[in-house]
Amino acid sequence: MANVFTNIGDWVNERAPGMAPMYRAHMTEYYAPKNFNLWYYFGSLALLVLINQIVTGIFLTMNYNPSAAGAFNSVEYIMRDVEWGWLIRYMHSTGASLFFVVVFLHMFRGIMYGSYKKPRELVWLLGMLIFLVLMAEAFMGYVLPWGNMSFWGAKVIISLFGTIPYIGDTLVEWIMGDFLPADATLNRFFALHVIALPIVLLLLVVLHIAALHEVGSNNPDGVEIKKGPKGNRWDALKPADGIPFHPYYTVKDLVGVGFFLMIAAFIIFFAPTFGGWFLEHDNFIPANNLATPSHIKPVWYFTPFYAIVRMIPSFLGSAVWGVIAMFGSIGVLFAMPWLDRGKVKSIRYRGTGFKVGLGLFVLSFFMLGAVGAGITAEVMPVWFGDIDVTFWENLFGRVMTIVYFGFFAFLWAYTYFGWEKTKPVPERVTTHD
Amino acid sequence: MANEVVDHGRRRFLTATTAVVGGVGIVAAAVPFIKSWEPSARARAAGAPVTQSLAKIESGQMLTVSWRSLPVFVLNRSKAQLATLPMVDSRLVDPKSDGASADQQPKYAQNEARSIKPEWLVVIGICTHLGCVPDFVPEIKPEPFDPEWKGGFYCPCHKSRYDLAGRVYQGVPAPKNLPVPPYHFIDDSTIQIGVDPKEAG
Repeated sequence: MANVFTNIGDWVNERAPGMAPMYRAHMTEYYAPKNFNLWYYFGSLALLVLINQIVTGIFLTMNYNPSAAGAFNSVEYIMRDVEWGWLIRYMHSTGASLFFVVVFLHMFRGIMYGSYKKPRELVWLLGMLIFLVLMAEAFMGYVLPWGNMSFWGAKVIISLFGTIPYIGDTLVEWIMGDFLPADATLNRFFALHVIALPIVLLLLVVLHIAALHEVGSNNPDGVEIKKGPKGNRWDALKPADGIPFHPYYTVKDLVGVGFFLMIAAFIIFFAPTFGGWFLEHDNFIPANNLATPSHIKPVWYFTPFYAIVRMIPSFLGSAVWGVIAMFGSIGVLFAMPWLDRGKVKSIRYRGTGFKVGLGLFVLSFFMLGAVGAGITAEVMPVWFGDIDVTFWENLFGRVMTIVYFGFFAFLWAYTYFGWEKTKPVPERVTTHD
Repeated sequence: MANEVVDHGRRRFLTATTAVVGGVGIVAAAVPFIKSWEPSARARAAGAPVTQSLAKIESGQMLTVSWRSLPVFVLNRSKAQLATLPMVDSRLVDPKSDGASADQQPKYAQNEARSIKPEWLVVIGICTHLGCVPDFVPEIKPEPFDPEWKGGFYCPCHKSRYDLAGRVYQGVPAPKNLPVPPYHFIDDSTIQIGVDPKEAG
């Protein structure tokens, strides 16, 4: 038996001699720092969720009907009549939310340990592009069930482009292919959601990993293991503080996968709507172009960005400023490698200002999420009694918007003018023996 | 056959012209794909005028009419409601509809009540911020979103507020007043939405 496999291996090697070296370069001879911690699970988990989305998505398309007349009913058909259809759909809808959970944590890890800094700027930029495409993918997927929240979500998001001076209205009609979200809109979103964007996403993920493997992984100490001592158990020329990705980190990631699947399964089986956070109640009502749901809010992962649109008032007869601020809140993340001039990567050795700033940034992200989800509007009257909710919510949301953008402004000034007092960075990763 | 002398100028010229011609071809080929996203002939044809009888709309009541699949609010304003309009002028962005909102209504509806006949308000119920349908909140009483509420429209999406003439309040995300569609009175109790009085003769 073993002979058969060896023979097949030899047969392939003879015809494609480059494949085995490629496998080694990315798996058994890719030396990653040995001090990865909990935060390093989320990259592999994002890949796991991506595969889940593709597989469950393919099976959903087999019963889904992309038309304004049939979409809502076909989703209900999947839920009620298709064998195991409910499971496949809940895996897809829960996967979408968990995708953003792991991606947000993955991005936070990158900011915390300075993984966007030289020489990993390209890895960061490709990752940000993945995030952007993922947001478009999630938005279009959310429109497909053609519930009332799908419809109005689509209307509001597409109308963002209508605030652009001169070309706005034409652009909105061009995106929708009609004067409001309709059959044409649903069909093109379906095409983009199941074909165009997944292809782009996969390509970007391959480039993201390829770019990472060129420069090597960062680590919680922010130390370059390639600049440290050479020679480990496997290779005398490779970093002493590196261990082969396979089997060491594949096995470690499997533990993360097991834990993650437990949480995912719990949600899928016991709380698939997650109290209206993963699947919103208003989306169980078919799309109605004459009635807006009483509380329009996007799915939770868009709420911080949605709050920023809401908090910026119109100015000079145009509502474009809120939209600019919203796209700016994502655009400013692209600029991270150039805004942060600090030489020390990891939060472990950075100044107090960075730690406080990052803490406030995370706080503002959560608080903007609360504003966008309408939580502040609900709790303010309960906590503070008879107050002008609109005034106080706007004040709170605007302060949080300033804190969000303020983090980046502060980070630039803090590092550019040399105000940061860093601790000495060790020569090698701290747990190297 | 082998030519030892390479004419680099000629090679560059050929490469450049090939790239330019190829580029033009790609741009030309992209046009049909981009144009295919525009509203189709069928979508455009669905925009016919709508006739609506007003006989059954009581004073203070509102009816939503679908025109080009857009919700058109037809509101029969009472005397008390009309009296609120001048009271809120100072809190509006463009009370006379001659500034930022000059293009939000036909000339014949560019007045304080933003209508042909004062009591009948006809506006497209699409928030000028991001296109939600505002709620009709006609009662003159303090509301959670405005303690001095005089009645009007309130958008649930981003909390924009409009008065009973569809005029936008200050300090909200919406920049302009609600648009008034072209319409005219066929007789005292029937309107046609989508056709100007002039065109109707």
